Amino acid sequence: MSDEGINEPRRNFLIGATSVIGLAGVVGVAIPFIGSWNPSAKALAAGAPIRVDISRMEPGDILGPIPAWRDKPVFIVKRTDEMLAGLNSKTSRLADPDSLEDQQPEYARNESRSIRPDVLVLIGICTHLGCSPKFKPEVAPQEFDPEWVGGFYCPCHGSKFDMSGRVYSGVPAPTNLEVPPYYYEDDSVLVIGEDKGVA
Amino acid sequence: MAKLEQQLKGIMRWVDDRLPVTETYEKHMSKYYAPKNFNIWYIFGVLSFVVLVNQLLTGIWLTMSYTPTGEGAFKSIEYIMRDVEYGWLLRYMHSTGASAFFVVVYLHMFRGLMYGSYQKPRELIWVFGMLIYLALMAEGFFGYLLPWGNMSYWGAQVIVSLAGAIPVVGDSLAVWVRGDFNMSGITLNRFFALHVVAVPIVLLVLVVLHILALHEVGSNNPDGVDIKKHLDEDGKPLDGIPFHPYYTIGHDVPAIIMFLIIFSAVMFFFPDGGGYLLEHPNYEPADPLKTPNLIAPVWYYTPYYSMLRAATFPLFGMTAKFWGLVVMAGAIAILFVVPWLDKSPVKSMRYKGLPSKLFLTAFVICFFILGYLGTVHPTPMRTIVAQICTAIYFAFFLLMPWYTSVEKTKPVPDRVT
Repeated sequence: MSDEGINEPRRNFLIGATSVIGLAGVVGVAIPFIGSWNPSAKALAAGAPIRVDISRMEPGDILGPIPAWRDKPVFIVKRTDEMLAGLNSKTSRLADPDSLEDQQPEYARNESRSIRPDVLVLIGICTHLGCSPKFKPEVAPQEFDPEWVGGFYCPCHGSKFDMSGRVYSGVPAPTNLEVPPYYYEDDSVLVIGEDKGVA
Repeated sequence: MAKLEQQLKGIMRWVDDRLPVTETYEKHMSKYYAPKNFNIWYIFGVLSFVVLVNQLLTGIWLTMSYTPTGEGAFKSIEYIMRDVEYGWLLRYMHSTGASAFFVVVYLHMFRGLMYGSYQKPRELIWVFGMLIYLALMAEGFFGYLLPWGNMSYWGAQVIVSLAGAIPVVGDSLAVWVRGDFNMSGITLNRFFALHVVAVPIVLLVLVVLHILALHEVGSNNPDGVDIKKHLDEDGKPLDGIPFHPYYTIGHDVPAIIMFLIIFSAVMFFFPDGGGYLLEHPNYEPADPLKTPNLIAPVWYYTPYYSMLRAATFPLFGMTAKFWGLVVMAGAIAILFVVPWLDKSPVKSMRYKGLPSKLFLTAFVICFFILGYLGTVHPTPMRTIVAQICTAIYFAFFLLMPWYTSVEKTKPVPDRVT
């Protein structure tokens, strides 16, 4: 076949137009494939808010890693007065003592990182790489910290958090433990997973 | 007899007219001229092919008894181990094969670094090889979740959480990969699909490309000299011998037998490799609410895991977690550009200067140290050692343009020795 009589601009236009339409087709077809990886309706339903009765918790008690919200362990700690009083004793060792990072709803951006000062609600997943920290309430020297004043310790990579889930500086975890959205349905029932946009 | 031969030749000719079978066989086997001075380092390519076949076969058989659901996975592994005839053997062949794959691939990669097999004109072979390595790491990662043991679960949890270190989109990306807010049966099911269908197909395509690219330019050799410079009157390399039968029978078959002996010894007598090949916490089912005390990946990822943990301080306004991800990804990415970092006029370490030799030695030692540190609890001292080794790992590559261009090289012989 000879090359004579080929209309180059027309050929280029056709190639360009076909490519653009073809690409649009590829993008369109990719949508269901990518979308199919999002959490399914069933997974979303399983992530619905949970209700927890805290009426029988005594000061110093921890509820956790059950209940779980969205399969994530939840820690509910009923803090004693001593624990609350100790929150400010060592803030110089904390990376974010004022909870400036968005790791909690607005209503928990306070010193106790909670709605009611005594009841702490946390997602029990280390903000480093997702291990589950251990509750170490004793105010006593530990092998991982001689000046331990109580809090949470992650055995995987050695991250430390205080009694409000605030992260120590110089540990691998970058941020404070997450506070999930929650509200009190009444005095003894806690709803974790939603806050009705208020509280 | 002669008549039968005639008939067979006729059939072959009929096929060849329609599909280039004889031509392909000659090009890749009986008339593929490989340098005559191959040494023991040149068996690991063939061995990785042997392991690949083992993984495919045993993998297909394992899927016949395995259940990819959160409720059924762990039980189906026990079922394979106890109730399926030879199920234990098929599973151990597969799990030992996974480690063996990385052993031979690491040795194969080291051979490439030592003899400059990535240098011009073999850059594409190296790049395809690195893509194979990457696909293999993905394959191993997806596969390790499938037994749904507690280490499977938490190992995958740690690595998927790494995506969360990417600024802005990180957390939604992690949810998208898991298909759930936390690791669950949904994640397991999709990792199964990736492990048994998607990644193996990619892997096979890459292996074909790797070999086609190799056979286009020909194999390198321990001297790093080009055997195509000296041809006999028929145009065959004077220092080359046909791959088949000289290397297949004389070189590869004995090596494969030796390899299978070692492989069987591990598989029959140390199938869990003292906790390194199959980790002990994995004999417990996955528990989303209970973290094992020490999360360590399988040995073939531990050097990179050490580098991830070695990033302990924030820098330039980014978190330590983010830098850990950058260091780990960078350590693998930098391997891809080695062909363009090496400025040396010679290929083989035999003729390179002292700096190249020292750097390669330090690099290998650090890779082993990092590998060990990745299996144990971090302490402040160990973290410092990991940081030094990570620095040396990167120095080997980043300083390569400098030390390979200033060092004094030895004269390369004209023909292979």
